[in-house]
Amino acid sequence: MHLATYLGLLHTSLGTLADAFREVAKGHGDEPDVERTCEVLASRIDAQAEKLSPIVDRYGEHRETEPERLHTAEFEQTRTGGVGLLRDLQDLYALSSFTDITWTVVGQAAQGLRDKELMDVVSACEQDTARQLAWLKTRIKQSAPQALIVAKG
Amino acid sequence: MDRWVQSACVLCSNGCGCDIAVKDGRIVGVRGRADDIVNRGRLGPKGLHGSWQAHGKDRLTTPLIRRNGELRETDWDTAMTTIVRRSQDLLAESGPLSHGFYTSGQLFLEEYYTLGVIGKAGLGTPHMDGNTRLCTATAAAALKETFGSDGQPACHADIDLCDALFLFGHNMAATQTVMWARVLDRVKGPGRPRLVVVDPRRTPTAEAADVHLAPLPGTNLALLNGLVRAVIEHGWLDREYVDRHTLGFEELKATVEPYTPEHVAGICRISPADLMRAAEIFGTSERVLSTVLQGFYQSHQATAASCQVNNLHLLRGQIGGPGSGVLQMNGQPTAQNTRECGADGDLPGFRNWDNPEHVEELARLWNVDPLTIPHWAPPTHAMQIWRYAEQGSIRFLWISATNPAVSLPELGRIREILRREDLFVVAQDAFRTETTELADVVLPAALWGEKQGTFTNLSRVVHLSEQAVAPPAGARSDLDIFLDYAHRMGFRDRDGDPLIKWKDAEGAFDAWRECSRGRPCDYSELSYERLRGGSGIPWGGERLYADGVFPTDADYCEDYGHDLLTGASTTPADYRARRPDGRAFLKAAEYTPAQEQPDDEYPFLCTTGRSVYHFHTRTKTSRAPELQKAAPDPWVELSAGDATGLGLSDGDVVRVESARGFVEVPVRIGRCRDGVVFLPFHYGFQAANELTPTEWDPVSKQPLFKISTVRIRRV
Repeated sequence: MHLATYLGLLHTSLGTLADAFREVAKGHGDEPDVERTCEVLASRIDAQAEKLSPIVDRYGEHRETEPERLHTAEFEQTRTGGVGLLRDLQDLYALSSFTDITWTVVGQAAQGLRDKELMDVVSACEQDTARQLAWLKTRIKQSAPQALIVAKG
Repeated sequence: MDRWVQSACVLCSNGCGCDIAVKDGRIVGVRGRADDIVNRGRLGPKGLHGSWQAHGKDRLTTPLIRRNGELRETDWDTAMTTIVRRSQDLLAESGPLSHGFYTSGQLFLEEYYTLGVIGKAGLGTPHMDGNTRLCTATAAAALKETFGSDGQPACHADIDLCDALFLFGHNMAATQTVMWARVLDRVKGPGRPRLVVVDPRRTPTAEAADVHLAPLPGTNLALLNGLVRAVIEHGWLDREYVDRHTLGFEELKATVEPYTPEHVAGICRISPADLMRAAEIFGTSERVLSTVLQGFYQSHQATAASCQVNNLHLLRGQIGGPGSGVLQMNGQPTAQNTRECGADGDLPGFRNWDNPEHVEELARLWNVDPLTIPHWAPPTHAMQIWRYAEQGSIRFLWISATNPAVSLPELGRIREILRREDLFVVAQDAFRTETTELADVVLPAALWGEKQGTFTNLSRVVHLSEQAVAPPAGARSDLDIFLDYAHRMGFRDRDGDPLIKWKDAEGAFDAWRECSRGRPCDYSELSYERLRGGSGIPWGGERLYADGVFPTDADYCEDYGHDLLTGASTTPADYRARRPDGRAFLKAAEYTPAQEQPDDEYPFLCTTGRSVYHFHTRTKTSRAPELQKAAPDPWVELSAGDATGLGLSDGDVVRVESARGFVEVPVRIGRCRDGVVFLPFHYGFQAANELTPTEWDPVSKQPLFKISTVRIRRV
């Protein structure tokens, strides 16, 4: 069964995502709303990982072959300036989208297995991921014109 | 005394109807208008003294321009030509996003609307906001999130009719003295309503309360989540009202579920019994009136906490009826008009920037291409405007009728921004201020009483303020200055006609009436003629929402709302899918600890606030001898316990220092709870905002003045 592999993937990618949000918070302290919101979202992603943990244990974090192809890209160093902020938020958006669709995939399997516990976790975490994406999109839309048209450096 | 001229007071958001006394072409005093529904003839100390005594002192009467680093006197034509040339050069080089406007809560409706049209349809910049971002942005945000649009549901008469009055973060005795007098009429009279005050300080307002809750700064949302939970838990709700007129009850209930009295008491450091007493008063009184102000608006999770006040009223169906409702207060006298007219981060007429039909309406009204009107994202909030200026992408900043070099957080940073070589700063004021001293061009402006216009108070009451005297030679009304800029810039509509078609205040008001027609703040029935004589008149009637129908219809609402935790915008599609159709939203969020937490290095929580004797940064009130004498210098308040712990006595001078800056001021003992200190924010010297952080609420974008960690040592 590949679900266990996928749960492992999801668990790892949540860790990557939370780290990425923290990295962006740290790198963009001059944008206090970005710093603060990224920290709040990071701690909520920790909570998602915590909710997932018992299920990962239950299925066993068993990986099939080719685990490296299932790995998410790690977030690298934050950038600076208006465009730098935009690019970092876009990277977060990409990472967050990846966990979003992974939750969907896991949720489908949970339904197939009639695993109510997992279905509940997926449902709560999908809403939380939707919130991350909505915030990122809001902030990206706000930043884009200034960064692309008039920002220096 | 030669004559009385009708007006209303501009020294707080109450907006008391008054008459200006004129003698030999000068203002010599004021009196309250007995037939005005707001104040019934009363005036407060600021109104009596501060409204007019500054008029003849230290006025700016000639434009100033910076040459070789110094401000020098110049003439109007040179000043305006310089501004227009800079504006046009920047437009040619990088377009309208290079321009920002930072206005006030002190101008008149006509001036805001004119400025709004210049910015939104003339230049096409989204970078317009006012200092209202610092005082009432959360009021507007909370009203929009819950009811779909800005607009105060309650009215002043509700003070006379309520059985319980809740003041959330509102030191009314200091901020709106005439409104407080109306409360005292009730509190000291027969049929006393029960009074609950939420404030970390034991203010005179709090001393009058039946229950005083003093939560630690930064924990308001936990407290309110606890109150909402208690009201639900004890079944003190009107289930039929909730079912018919609201959306989101189950989510609200789930969100507040963990906030038991004990849990809340632990977070807020209050007694669980006091919390339950307050909840019981809210839950069992027949008519509850609530007001909310800076203690909530300028603190952590401001919008979420203020929305919970709306929720309490919705749960009990206590809205729109006599004596029952909510006043999400304003701070400044004309803040409501900044919000209504689009001189801040909103579109005029409470229109929705995310609704293409609303943008089309404005484009038709102004006869411009809808693409001119920036609406790709919410209009830029003040804190972001300053950030863009700091980063060098806004290079033209026009400041009118406000003093950000004293009123914004983290003043060291603000001064650096204003001094930037690549930022051209225009400051328009009646006096030289800490801000004008850092400007490139200073324009001398007329004051209240020297110009005509209207404004709207905290309970939607519109007053006409007539011109009583001529401005000092050389000063011009803000309206005339904006009109001159528009004329010189040559802003045109689609037919090549001038974009701004009015030439005076009444013309601007009539244009605004058309703009507001059919919107929640509909002024079309009001006119200068109707506003003359008698009382001020509220738009929308005495109270809003008596029928339980709220302006949430997707085609009508001012905003599609936000996630209260992060400020993420709700998309139009998601909003429509909820089918609000006139129902109010019960929105909530979990409490999260504020970023600034006391530690070994900075062990105290510092909150800033107001004195009864001063308004804003004292440009007027410091020039009124009675007010200046009453509160000439800043101070710091400590609790008796903390003073003892530090070995301090009354009058000892201490340094209060945060990670951002410090002040050195004498100590006053009393009022604060242990662990909390207070600084008045009015003073330009030893200014409290040297200490405050650059941080804001995720939804309203209002800065968090009420929470910085500090250390204290004797000097």
